[in-house]
Amino acid sequence: MSMTDTAALPAAAAEVPSFTCTFIIRRFDPEKDAEPYWQDFDVEMFATDRVLDGLHKIKWELDGSLSFRRSCAHGICGSDAMRINGRNRLACKTLIKDLDVSEPIYVEAIKGLPLEKDLIVDMEPFFESYRQVQPFLVASDKPEKERLQSPEDRARFDDTTKCILCAACTSSCPVFWTDGQYFGPAAIVNAHRFIFDSRDEAAQVRLDILNDKEGVWRCRTTFNCSEACPRGIEVTKAIAEVKQATLRGRP
Amino acid sequence: MTSSEQTSPLRSETDDNGITTHYHQFDVVIVGAGGAGMRAAIEAGPHAKTAVISKLYPTRSHTGAAQGGMAAALANIEEDSWEWHTFDTVKGGDYLVDQDAAEILAKEAIDAVIDLENMGLPFNRSPEGKIDQRRFGGHTRDHGKAPVRRSCYAADRTGHMILQTLFQNCVKLGINFFNEFYVLDLIMVDDKSKRAKAGKPKPRRAAGVVAYELATGDIHVFHAKSVVFATGGFGKIYKTTSNAHTLTGDGVGIIWRKGIPLEDMEFFQFHPTGLAGLGILLTEGARGEGAILRNASGERFMERYAPTIKDLAPRDIIARCMVQEVAEGRGAGPNKDYVLLDCTHLGAEVLETKLPDITEFARTYLGVDPVHEPVPVMPTAHYAMGGIPTNIKAEVLADNDTVIPGLYAAGECACVSVHGSNRLGTNSLLDINVFGKRAGRYSVEYANDAEFPEMPKDPAAEVRSMIQTALQADGGERLASIRKELQEEMDKNAQVFRTEQSLTDVAGTIHRLRERYKNIGIHDRGKRYNTDLLEAIELGFLLDIAEVVVASAKNRKESRGGHMRDDYPERDDENFMVHTMAYLTGDAKSANVEDHISIDWKPVVITNYQPMERKY
Repeated sequence: MSMTDTAALPAAAAEVPSFTCTFIIRRFDPEKDAEPYWQDFDVEMFATDRVLDGLHKIKWELDGSLSFRRSCAHGICGSDAMRINGRNRLACKTLIKDLDVSEPIYVEAIKGLPLEKDLIVDMEPFFESYRQVQPFLVASDKPEKERLQSPEDRARFDDTTKCILCAACTSSCPVFWTDGQYFGPAAIVNAHRFIFDSRDEAAQVRLDILNDKEGVWRCRTTFNCSEACPRGIEVTKAIAEVKQATLRGRP
Repeated sequence: MTSSEQTSPLRSETDDNGITTHYHQFDVVIVGAGGAGMRAAIEAGPHAKTAVISKLYPTRSHTGAAQGGMAAALANIEEDSWEWHTFDTVKGGDYLVDQDAAEILAKEAIDAVIDLENMGLPFNRSPEGKIDQRRFGGHTRDHGKAPVRRSCYAADRTGHMILQTLFQNCVKLGINFFNEFYVLDLIMVDDKSKRAKAGKPKPRRAAGVVAYELATGDIHVFHAKSVVFATGGFGKIYKTTSNAHTLTGDGVGIIWRKGIPLEDMEFFQFHPTGLAGLGILLTEGARGEGAILRNASGERFMERYAPTIKDLAPRDIIARCMVQEVAEGRGAGPNKDYVLLDCTHLGAEVLETKLPDITEFARTYLGVDPVHEPVPVMPTAHYAMGGIPTNIKAEVLADNDTVIPGLYAAGECACVSVHGSNRLGTNSLLDINVFGKRAGRYSVEYANDAEFPEMPKDPAAEVRSMIQTALQADGGERLASIRKELQEEMDKNAQVFRTEQSLTDVAGTIHRLRERYKNIGIHDRGKRYNTDLLEAIELGFLLDIAEVVVASAKNRKESRGGHMRDDYPERDDENFMVHTMAYLTGDAKSANVEDHISIDWKPVVITNYQPMERKY
């Protein structure tokens, strides 16, 4: 390619003009507050900033008590799933330029899991569902080298290996909101990852677990989970494949 | 955390200030739930009562951000040998690698990869169904003749797959996790075992750790026979970094405050290809697949610096060349302040199947599509070669050779040293697996042979007072402003190029910031998820560690691997072919470096490879 057009490349953040953004955040500290409440903060932002940068600005410059989880800050660790303008997303993957900044940005904790403080929920029920589907390879052979797997067999479950357990899908699911006993999309995604792995021998065990009244049949195919997934996993499709395998056995 | 019989405390008590302390007992306590910690847990868990304590949920650990692969001379694709891998590791580390450790790393790599595959890791596959392998920087055929395909990978998500696979297997084994517990102190007591009497006078051993539970503000004392530190790195001493916000060197800082030395802290790796201005990592695997670095005029500048392996030269060399290109006016962009990673000739299919995540990062964060345009990149603080000194059994050392009974370290927080002065790409995912496994094996071996050491009367006293003091901090200094200045000044003065002047400047800055740190204010006074308090404590560790990095860097008046001194541009084997050992000899909180850090040396272990000039 020609390198003469490098000047046309995007400029660094510093050259982009800043503007004021209003964040309206649902606050809750059970040590102080009887009920959650909404609080406004105005901060200077750049279009290239992420929502996480806004939260940091608030915490670091305005109110140190604002509490939220975050770690990697680029969409890999799954710490900062939250509801941003009514949609589940990762704060570190949501750029300000992709939001309508003429309106306030509403931020609240993900729904369906017990609220602990501000944007932090208790993740334990979520991980409990995950653990229940036996999310690990079950294989009885003891090979001396690697087990062989064709690229096609490896590709069969690639999509569901991408899950980062952020809970954006499960906590966007209307069925999960009203029935916390439902395994939820993320647990099913992680079951799928092994059910369709040619090396695994426990597909039927997991299918039996998910054939429960709180299993795959609770899914009403609303596609909220697929829309919420920050890793682009086709969650609803994975659930449908598990439903089919429950009826017909692993293909 | 999980509430089960295993994880419930033995007893709990609440003091007059309303602080509750819980007491637990485990044979083996592992601090950190990234790759090294969980690999250790898988080894130790089945053989002893084991707990893993982590500041984060295990799957949030930064192992998950590693992309390109894990090296092992499987020879699945082309001829390879562990001996060549050893040589590359030694040469890549500019001969400061302990060669006995590098041999173990390269030999045990093969089993480490097979272990992971057997545990379920979804590696990319060759057409025959074997684990596929690709090229990576500094990994060569027959001692430098040409790049070799040694990196085992799963797209550009190898770290994610390793972290998930290890977590899955911990779930399978029912490992006890204490998630969002922040370890703040290591309990050390006099070693009264028979073993100790034969040894040196007044030996100390590990007896457990003290942690702060983020959800409740309660304190937890973990009494243990063996303690494994697997707490990761400390990239947050820098502003531009690929490291997570949570990588604040807590474990390394705790060790330092206990008077245990830190090894080779001046050697910090700057990964060449961070997204410009952001520091987000773009894997070296891109260059392994054929991507090319270009300057503003489109020149493939690495041809000039490393004619044989070009864009696959080790990271320290490439990072320096990039900075030099920019310094000499050949940088791209409106400010000529970055270079370009050109992937456009790889084609959409390679990018989508082998490099999907980095393709998405460039699109999301810079609005650049690597399929059609080159991506702006600059070096980003990435990896600490130095850390807690250990031997090849992952035992922590109190000096050049004295083992501290019951104390182990593995992964980025440790310094074995398999990386010397510059780590090769794909050797860190390998390190956590090989030495994480060893830490697990030897810690459980020790625990099964040892008695529980006697505990001090109030083991949590220090942590309780640390928390109390922090909660009452009502000074006018904002911790974020101190942290920002630390990170910016470290970027400016202790990054890819260093001089006596720049290091003296930043040492002065750290001194002033320490004074300001004494006067910080903490706004959150609550007990639940007090992340304000957490960040204040983390900043204390960052300041301590940055000071050790700078003091060690000042002391090494030569250029080697990741440590480039503009004022001493040559490697000086006569005077500096030795590891740095930094000791805390006074009050870590005192502002003056000279009164509390002293530097000593430790010989490098050489087995087969005498130092040679490092050319690629």
